[in-house]
Amino acid sequence: MTEDRSFTKIQELTYELRVRDAMVADVITVRPKQAIHDLRDMMRDKGFSGSPVVDKGKVVGLISIEDFIKCLAQGEMDVLIEQKMTRDPVTLYADEPLVHAVKKFDQYGFGRFPVIERNGRKLVGILTKGDIIKCLLKKLEVEYHEEEIHRYRASHIFEDIVADKTNLVLRYDITGKDFDRAGQAASELKKALHRLGIQPEIVRRIAIAAFEAEINIIVFTDGGQLSISVCSERITITASDSGPGIADIEQAMQPSFSTAPDWIREMGFGAGMGLCNIKNCTDEMNLVSEVGKGTTLEAVVYLNGKS
Amino acid sequence: MKLKEIVEKLNLEVATPASDLDRDVSGGYASDLLSDVMANSREGNVWVTMQIHQNIIAVASLKELAGIVVVNGRKPEQKVLAKAEQENIPVMLTGLQAFEIAGRLCELGIRGNTK
Repeated sequence: MTEDRSFTKIQELTYELRVRDAMVADVITVRPKQAIHDLRDMMRDKGFSGSPVVDKGKVVGLISIEDFIKCLAQGEMDVLIEQKMTRDPVTLYADEPLVHAVKKFDQYGFGRFPVIERNGRKLVGILTKGDIIKCLLKKLEVEYHEEEIHRYRASHIFEDIVADKTNLVLRYDITGKDFDRAGQAASELKKALHRLGIQPEIVRRIAIAAFEAEINIIVFTDGGQLSISVCSERITITASDSGPGIADIEQAMQPSFSTAPDWIREMGFGAGMGLCNIKNCTDEMNLVSEVGKGTTLEAVVYLNGKS
Repeated sequence: MKLKEIVEKLNLEVATPASDLDRDVSGGYASDLLSDVMANSREGNVWVTMQIHQNIIAVASLKELAGIVVVNGRKPEQKVLAKAEQENIPVMLTGLQAFEIAGRLCELGIRGNTK
């Protein structure tokens, strides 16, 4: 499971990071009219295994240690680099996502790619597989550290803040009929609870209840609020709106009873299960409503078993 | 079974190339009612549906499902797929109907959840 997550994270990072972030900017280059024997000193002194061949600022080829060894074997040390280099090498753009580079390494099996600017095609760096790994490890370390700090701070909130009673309230404003953002408040809230160090099983239950309450506000009202109150012994979800109200609460609580119009049902909502779901995944639920005035739903989950 | 094996064996089209297919599938659930999925699907399930609205991503993410198989040749809009990639929820497409794909998943050994 942990392995799966880190794999995912790395994939995510390869989309987030650019070639520019991983490349080495200080590139050693050679010119096409230099002789092969010039490479000998460079390779010995600077310890590199291949180099872009640059003419007037543009990359025209790539010369590698393998090319050099071949020339050495055949006694062709005075030949010009341009005769032995790989011409028009595959290059990467500095602004490409790193995932493109990963794919190109797989596709071509080369050891390195020159990195150029998209505009002007000027050489700006070079990228090896090792550079990608270094960059990913560094980024992972930084992010891991940041998340640790976030989680540490959040999960100690109830211990660090001394009061007779501590209560953390998170409030989310819900826009009516905004189906594109439906579920967003529940997602945010789930992340927040996770950071607070709440048990995953409880976070899951709260997330279901919050999602259903959020959807109800979106489907049936012009908007409202979803808030969650966390204290050391329980989490309380409150969903309130000022609109149209529920005529018969007992009926609304019946499984499959729904007043949702067809177009809402076509999106998969309005199955008449929302309130039942909330009831089933929380320890207490209370619904108060007045037609024309609004509805307030309150649901409680106890953190240490029901008290 | 890993999701990527299912993708290969059932010839599913992965509509979210950036999402992670290297995850274990705990079972399957088929439904077009979001609240039903919220109530009855389990973590790691592959979800068979014909819904293509953005909210399927929210549901799959909240329930930590392994992925969504969209049936009947339907395809979610690009913004939905982008959201799916952002949440790392694989969305897979098939021209088959829900009944047929569920049957083939069962043949591969993917079962429904038992109480």
